[in-house]
Amino acid sequence: MKNLLKFITCGSVDDGKSTLIGHMLYDAKILFTDQKRALELDSKIGSRDGHIDYSLLLDGLMAEREQGITIDVAYRYFTTPNRSFIVADTPGHEQYTRNMAVGASFADLAVILIDATQGVLMQTKRHSRICSIMGIKHFVLAVNKMDLINYDNHRFEEIKSEFLSLTAGYNLESVAAIPVSATEGDNLTVNSQNMSWYKGLPLLPYLEQLNISGETDCGYFVMPVQRVCRPNRTFRGFQGQIESGILKKGDELTNFPNKEKAKVKKIYKGDLETETAVFGEPITVQLDREVDVSRGCVLVKNTETEVTDMFTATILWMDDSELLPGRSYLLKLGTKILPASVMVIKYKIDINTGKHIQADELFKNELAQCDISVSENIVIDKFSKIKILGSFILIDRITNMTSACGIVEHSLRRSANVVWQKTDITREIRANQKSQNPLTLWFTGLSGSGKSTLANEVEKRLISLGKHTMILDGDNVRHGLNKNLGFKEADRIENIRRIAEVSKLLNEAGLIAITSFISPYEKDRENAREIIGESFVEIFVSTPLEECENRDVKGLYKKSRNGEIPNFTGVSSPYEIPKKPDITIDTSKIDIDQATESVMKVILKRIE
Amino acid sequence: MRQLSHLDQLESEAIYIMREVAAESEKPVMLYSIGKDSSVMLHLALKAFYPEKPPFPFMHIDTTWKFKEMIEFRDRKAKQLALELIVYSNDEGIKKGINPFDHGASYTDIMKTEALKSGLNKYGFTAAFGGGRRDEEKSRAKERIFSFRNNAHAWDPKNQRPEMWKLYNTKINKGESIRVFPLSNWTEKDIWQYIRRENIEIVPLYYSKVRPVVFRDGNIILVDDNRMKLLPGEKIENKKVRFRTLGCYPLTGGIESEADTLDTIIDETLGAVSSERTSRVIDHEANASMERRKREGYF
Repeated sequence: MKNLLKFITCGSVDDGKSTLIGHMLYDAKILFTDQKRALELDSKIGSRDGHIDYSLLLDGLMAEREQGITIDVAYRYFTTPNRSFIVADTPGHEQYTRNMAVGASFADLAVILIDATQGVLMQTKRHSRICSIMGIKHFVLAVNKMDLINYDNHRFEEIKSEFLSLTAGYNLESVAAIPVSATEGDNLTVNSQNMSWYKGLPLLPYLEQLNISGETDCGYFVMPVQRVCRPNRTFRGFQGQIESGILKKGDELTNFPNKEKAKVKKIYKGDLETETAVFGEPITVQLDREVDVSRGCVLVKNTETEVTDMFTATILWMDDSELLPGRSYLLKLGTKILPASVMVIKYKIDINTGKHIQADELFKNELAQCDISVSENIVIDKFSKIKILGSFILIDRITNMTSACGIVEHSLRRSANVVWQKTDITREIRANQKSQNPLTLWFTGLSGSGKSTLANEVEKRLISLGKHTMILDGDNVRHGLNKNLGFKEADRIENIRRIAEVSKLLNEAGLIAITSFISPYEKDRENAREIIGESFVEIFVSTPLEECENRDVKGLYKKSRNGEIPNFTGVSSPYEIPKKPDITIDTSKIDIDQATESVMKVILKRIE
Repeated sequence: MRQLSHLDQLESEAIYIMREVAAESEKPVMLYSIGKDSSVMLHLALKAFYPEKPPFPFMHIDTTWKFKEMIEFRDRKAKQLALELIVYSNDEGIKKGINPFDHGASYTDIMKTEALKSGLNKYGFTAAFGGGRRDEEKSRAKERIFSFRNNAHAWDPKNQRPEMWKLYNTKINKGESIRVFPLSNWTEKDIWQYIRRENIEIVPLYYSKVRPVVFRDGNIILVDDNRMKLLPGEKIENKKVRFRTLGCYPLTGGIESEADTLDTIIDETLGAVSSERTSRVIDHEANASMERRKREGYF
């Protein structure tokens, strides 16, 4: 008996995938009778023309039955005397591309359906491309609905040769083309009388006899460590699955990425000790000496293995929100999870035509080649060589959604391959990395109005939300950057200009700048707005003079009334009330929590 | 090079999944229902972590209507293997006297679905292993191995997280949880063959024996205790019966069978003309009843 065959069916919406599998199972007599009875009953309710609707066997979800289409992968299990099968029936709609990719990542073989009346369509191209990218090496082209074109041999040959030229560039081990009719049952389990010109095997016998070498095996032992097993002080074992090669007692292993070496002392398969273990087996390995091994490390029997913190990959974006270069995601490769970001989208790949397109963003169901950087050195290899070290997912750090899947093309050694031009890292990339939109929160108001207290509270709230901020106030600016400035009008103007320029730099760095200065002149604030641009948010703390003077926290009003401070705003120097502030807060009317809330309400929308 | 058999492949996959969850999830638990799939799960968990004991507790949602032999088996196994076993029941449901005879579908909702949810909430489990298989039922056929539940434990079948290769994403936000099905790709046949290969002990109810039963609505119901009231016209008969699935005795139909050894059970199963869920009474209530239950938090 042959080993397990995992395959997917794909094709466009009305190509009849579900019908094909349903009918094949029915004819192969591998349905349970109660499933058969349910099918015959269901068909009476929702049938097409009173015949048995074989697709009802597979389209399990209520929503699908209502819409008459497949929206997610359904897995079916069947065994013939010759082989066990798992079939993933995948959706054909472009909007469910990611669900199709899920099915493809699981399978060894793809049955690609084409409607004989339609020929090779965009969807055919898209599905073939996804299957190939996800690592499927065996294709079967099932040209369906042959009954509708009078079983025309000539048309079949045309479609077949068009398909073969389409897939010529793919890394495939086998391709077969079979003319079928899913509704009529032609060439599903036995050769069809209607197409005596077809000399090949019918679909099911073909799938039964095909040799599948299985997963890729790069030739040497590789095991990503899933967990460290420490039941007691004396036992320390490393648990994982052998992803390639074989392991024998006494073998020397290298632990990556730290490249420490040790010999294999004991191997356990389950609860039994063993001398050797092979590809695919879950094991526990004990080493002959203390090595710093933890989850995410990779034990390898080859010292040439590559570690890198940058690589080029092909990714499929699967999230509703778009990919932003520079933004931090979590990357899972093998058993390693670490922060990563897409540095550059090199080009988008048109999923239908394969054309390369310039792009700065990537949306759901789009493919692209890009450069990815990770926060530390990890073990990678080409996907075509070893799946486990060449495939990864990106996880959104806030929603936890699996945002993308990708395959490694090749590593990039930072020093050797990539010289970043100055312009490569932009304000946007830095901001995306921090998952925020930089702003300058410009608090203006009289001395004692509560600017600094409020600015301080707002900063605390932002930090607690995981935002990145920097506050500029009298204390950290007057004593350093601006210590050569006095309180004359020219000095005040220069003071504000410098603060505005620094705020702009902070915004460029992706940070949220918070400034808290009296900044009494409209002209100066306008100047600051001009320097900072659209990130500028003017927050007028409008607490009335009497209240400020009442509070007189620092005793400055008293001093200025006594004539000890010249040019004191509100007393001996004017405060020009902002004409159109973005936010106005009077701290004599509301408490600090309410004030903070009012500010947060406005700015959060602009930060996200 | 030696190639793994079909069963080896399935075993590897399940062990890989269990280890991933143990390594990544904050507070995992294994749901233990005492049936044959649970016996396989327990066996796999013992293998996966050896020589360590499974690094999570086992939880049984006890409706108080399980077969007596199941409870005996559960307690004996837990003691023998020194497992951390949590038995959880919906006390409120018990107080209200909710039972499978009088309360039909709401019995399952209250004593199983609700009990499961509140049990998981009580201990704050972030991931729960279940023995569900995709070959059992149509809506399960569409479920991922890692199935995400919101803070009301609801499943959203239209927006499942993509599951690529074996890169399982176990990240969740506070209040959410994951149901993990390491046996997703096993069939009933695989389960039986694995039980034979690994010599796994299962509850004796799976073996045919003369038992007191009642024929009701086309199902053979075991008279497991005196809470089973006879309806007019019913009588207790002694029949040689066995059970293909185990649950609450009033809701689990047996089959008349001569199969009283593992080999004969397997022969009977492999030649079966009915899929195993026909003996579960709840599945027949309405079309797609399982999908509805799952959306509401049933396993």
